Amino acid sequence: MSAGFYYGVEVFLNGLMAGVMYSLVALGFVLIFKASGVFNYAQGVMALFAAMTLVGLQNGQVPFAHLINAIFGTHVKEFGWHMPTFLAILLSVGVMILFAFLVERYVLKHLVNQEPIILFMATIGLAYFMEGFGDLMWGSEIKKLDVGIPQGGNVWIEENTAFLGGEEFYGFYIDSLDIVAAIVAILLVASLVLFSQYTKTGRALRAVADDHQAALSVGISLRTIWVIVWSIAGFVALVAGIMWGSKSGVQFSLSLIALKALPVLMLGGFTSIPGAIIGGLIIGVGEKMFEFLIGAPFLGGATENWFAYVLALLFLVFRPQGLFGEKIIERV
Amino acid sequence: MNEMTDNSTVGYMTDDGRQIGGTMMEMKNITLRFGGVVAIEDISFDIREGEIRAIIGPNGAGKSSMLNVISGFYHPQEGEVWFHGEKRPTMRPYKVAQQGIARTFQNIALFKGMSTLDNIMTGRMTQMKSSLLSQAIWFGKAAKEEAEHRQKVEEIIDFLEIQAIRKTPVGRLPYGMQKRVELGRALAAEPKLLLLDEPMAGMNVEEKEDMSRFILDVNDEFGTTIALIEHDMGVVMDISDRVVVMDYGKKIGDGTPAEVLANQDVIDAYLGVSHD
Repeated sequence: MSAGFYYGVEVFLNGLMAGVMYSLVALGFVLIFKASGVFNYAQGVMALFAAMTLVGLQNGQVPFAHLINAIFGTHVKEFGWHMPTFLAILLSVGVMILFAFLVERYVLKHLVNQEPIILFMATIGLAYFMEGFGDLMWGSEIKKLDVGIPQGGNVWIEENTAFLGGEEFYGFYIDSLDIVAAIVAILLVASLVLFSQYTKTGRALRAVADDHQAALSVGISLRTIWVIVWSIAGFVALVAGIMWGSKSGVQFSLSLIALKALPVLMLGGFTSIPGAIIGGLIIGVGEKMFEFLIGAPFLGGATENWFAYVLALLFLVFRPQGLFGEKIIERV
Repeated sequence: MNEMTDNSTVGYMTDDGRQIGGTMMEMKNITLRFGGVVAIEDISFDIREGEIRAIIGPNGAGKSSMLNVISGFYHPQEGEVWFHGEKRPTMRPYKVAQQGIARTFQNIALFKGMSTLDNIMTGRMTQMKSSLLSQAIWFGKAAKEEAEHRQKVEEIIDFLEIQAIRKTPVGRLPYGMQKRVELGRALAAEPKLLLLDEPMAGMNVEEKEDMSRFILDVNDEFGTTIALIEHDMGVVMDISDRVVVMDYGKKIGDGTPAEVLANQDVIDAYLGVSHD
């Protein structure tokens, strides 16, 4: 085998890893869409906000420092302590749960039985509100997030695969962070599936996703379920925020990863958790391999920017419900 | 069985020797409007412990609306709902379900993607106690509770003779079977009052006979009080103890099947029999 072949394999593996990162974001969308029929535009901003909260807590930043200083003429900035990562993550989860509760209480509750487009618009509003609120609370500068995940090429893998390709091949280069992200994603999905299949609340979640009226008739409170779903989506956003934030810093562009999740959803279907995972992997591998095999040699490169969207467009034309989405059957 | 509630009337004995108890639910002067349309106009009636109570009437008479009022899906503008001798405040449907009132729907509302077993398990929701936190943290305890409820669900599956379709996603089942699963889900809640919205609509004769038998057995074996809406007059007269007749949102008759059948208003409005 030539080194070129192994280089292709490496691109493939890195595509898988990138795909996992996309899946993490798409997962949050699917959870909310399934349970409440809302396309949550704010999912990306939720990831950003969660990551900002985590960094802020870790570094002992004073929330709303700017506001406080402006009003009282003080110069507070930091509490001066450094919170242990684990505690900071726990508190961030708490903040996301509180956020879910507030969203239900002040937004969703008033929009029950409204058209999906109204709810969608509401989440757009929510997204921009959160973005501004996050800046106000934690400041808008780019922050470095470090929760102790190793970064850079994994040396062990590189050394142990170097023998494969002979003289010119130095082993696979795979980022340790990506490996951790993949493991976390697998754990996350596995526990979500276990939770939804084998617990009472999980069954209630599935019931609400399936039929609101029937769910009410067996004694399930939709509002409670919505709080739970948004909390889980908030948790998933935190995980995605940690992974992406560790990779590329906590900054505004983090919220744009949501846009990358859109083609994943079109491929996987808006209602399927496995779909979000497989869709993410296909997009991740697809765009890396396309760039490697066709984009770079023939099209002048930079195909990664649009490949996912074109693929999604093709899917919309030929299989609008996605790979795993519910079949669209129109009865006349 | 004869425990009387405050506002109860004395029970009565049916022809087949079942003792019917006092009042379980009382609808007092219910009026329900949708904008300018009056769906229910000043209707009162009661449902007694252990009884099979039918609500009949032509299409659009307001029968389903009445069932929706009882189950909390609709909230009447006027009138009171009394349950077990207490006036019920305006209540959301899931709260009503938690009070022990289970229902089925006219156009079947099952969880189509879930199996028969899972659908009926959702019916146990009101009986399950473990909190969200304990489910997440103490998985073993929640799993034990699951097993206990599973046992109960298996009994219902046996009772309704649907062992063969336990694992089938209900979306794939034929109509008659879906109706039966929906009944199973309602039964799983061990309701005090069971509301059935046209349990036999669209069924063939054989399926209707099966469903009638199940309804009678539920009433007989579990002592469940049942209120049902049905179009098939033959079936209604066979299985129900007392019948409310509605037409254009008004009550035009109330009594035993024999009494209702003899009521001239009912004959005119519902049966459309001409008499000269």
